[in-house]
Amino acid sequence: MTANTEATLERGQTVGGLDEGRVTLRQTLAACSMLLVALLAAILVTSLFGSERLPTRASICAIASLGQSSCGLTPDQYAILLEIRLPRIFLAAAVGASLAAAGASYQALLRNPLAEPYLLGVSNGAAVGTMIALVFFGTWEWSRPLMAFTGALAATFVVYRLAHGRAGASPERLILAGVIVTTFLSSAIVFVTTLMDATRIRSFTFWLLGDLSGTTTSLLALAIIVAIVGTAVLAANARSLNLLMLGERDAFDLGVEVGRVRLIVFFVASLLVGSSVASSGSVGYVGLVVPHLVRLSLGSDNRITVPAAAFAGALFVVVADTVARTIIAPRELPVGAITALIGAPLFVYLLKRG
Amino acid sequence: MLQADNITIKYGPRLAVSDVSLSIRAGEIIAILGPNGAGKSTLLRALNGGLKSSSGQVLLEGQPLHRYPRRIISRHIAVVAQEGDVRFPVTVLEFVLGGRYASASAGAWGWETDHDINVAHEVLRETELNELSGRLMNELSGGERQRAVLARALATEATVLLLDEPTANLDLAHQAAILALVRRRSDLHKVAAIVVTHDINLAAEFSNHVLLMKNGHGVAFGKPAEVLTPELLREVFDVRILVDAHPITGAPRITPVHEVRRSLQPGAEMPGRR
Repeated sequence: MTANTEATLERGQTVGGLDEGRVTLRQTLAACSMLLVALLAAILVTSLFGSERLPTRASICAIASLGQSSCGLTPDQYAILLEIRLPRIFLAAAVGASLAAAGASYQALLRNPLAEPYLLGVSNGAAVGTMIALVFFGTWEWSRPLMAFTGALAATFVVYRLAHGRAGASPERLILAGVIVTTFLSSAIVFVTTLMDATRIRSFTFWLLGDLSGTTTSLLALAIIVAIVGTAVLAANARSLNLLMLGERDAFDLGVEVGRVRLIVFFVASLLVGSSVASSGSVGYVGLVVPHLVRLSLGSDNRITVPAAAFAGALFVVVADTVARTIIAPRELPVGAITALIGAPLFVYLLKRG
Repeated sequence: MLQADNITIKYGPRLAVSDVSLSIRAGEIIAILGPNGAGKSTLLRALNGGLKSSSGQVLLEGQPLHRYPRRIISRHIAVVAQEGDVRFPVTVLEFVLGGRYASASAGAWGWETDHDINVAHEVLRETELNELSGRLMNELSGGERQRAVLARALATEATVLLLDEPTANLDLAHQAAILALVRRRSDLHKVAAIVVTHDINLAAEFSNHVLLMKNGHGVAFGKPAEVLTPELLREVFDVRILVDAHPITGAPRITPVHEVRRSLQPGAEMPGRR
């Protein structure tokens, strides 16, 4: 499935490559539209696969009619396609886009190619928030994303504060701060888990590893809207991020209002992570793998990296989740297990390369 | 253009800069000299609004600096600092185009105009980096990177340049070339430049005025020939110093006495003249 992602990005290189030493708007639009086409194709194809193989032509016909016609699918197949599979695929796309765009922005803002929502403890912050919402405000559905966002934002600020010593932030210090916040929040998660009744614990363990199976229509809608709006806001700040990527002092000298941009990016990235975690738990390493592959093929200009990472991230998680729910069908793996399987070795490679 | 009135800056209880004033007009170059820890770089950062002064004020075109939005300040004042490490694969052209950020009209987003691209290529030619525009910053040598930092500052088309040890990583020929470039900018485009440096001889050759600093205080301010005297230099640097005239330019030439070696060939100490 990485092969799939990479192949798409390599094709993007011919239009988006750095032939003149810089990225243009035309190249950005070309790369993004190609990734969008690949994403739509992936959505169509992956909707056919699962524990129940659906007939190709009839399914595509049903999707193309936007659910108006069953095109010869049995009522069961029709329900699987439209009520189980497509919502899950759209959630995977929203989560992938959110995490990848947030990851790319964290990396630029914190000047660290290893920064990633999961590794920084931001996902865990959102998870603690979600669990507190479940335990204390269980009946009010919107409390989950709200608390997840609050948790993500709090974790972001704590990590940022811890990482910035008197000598500024070094990459290693940031990762250490992330580890500290992650382990602290993990114990908070264990604490909250013990407050739950035993029957729910297994499904929560699953959810903590990143699980796209259990969401509601309103959380799905929220995740999609947040993914689109959030990515747009981050992309709109991409030129400032380009300078922040070279250091806060340089950015300040060149005219960036550092405090304002940092606040916007922290806020929006936390919103993206919060809405993903509230609906699907902590899917790790998406924010690391995807921006890295995008930079490798399209360069470091955030005006192309951020939107392209969002599309590629959606594609990545859609494919990863299809593997997660088919590889040992009828049983399912949490999608986070698949993304970590790819992401952790890449992290080691990036760390060793320095 | 830029004026500092009785600037005092504190780091906690410590006085980093104490009651220093200076002003610069279009086309002038001022060199700030002094031992390590004299407050030179701190003063430079305050001139750009990067550090708040606890008393005194900085005026840009007669208005206090803090009245301007950040972007407007950056259109007028560009900084050449020591280059930090670039951790992402950024090309030289992308790096230099960063200097066009403050002049962008369509907010922080938006793409460079043809004018931006032309300016970038022009300064790349000026700094002899045009061949390297497509290369990645972390593939360059230290000296090339330092020139790229200068190119980015020139790309802002700012009227005031603040340079913090711009020649620290450079070989002899490029040290003089950088300052010659700044000199040409100030002669042709009436750019004002304030240079913090440890190279007293280069300062003597290229600057109109020299500010000597020690322990946060301004010790002396004036023309190089007036300020770079054995007495003042000894007071500031705590070493015996020999001052004579440069055989070609006639600028004051400074030699710390303990470093004089009889075996040194005449002419070997003329940086950038080969």
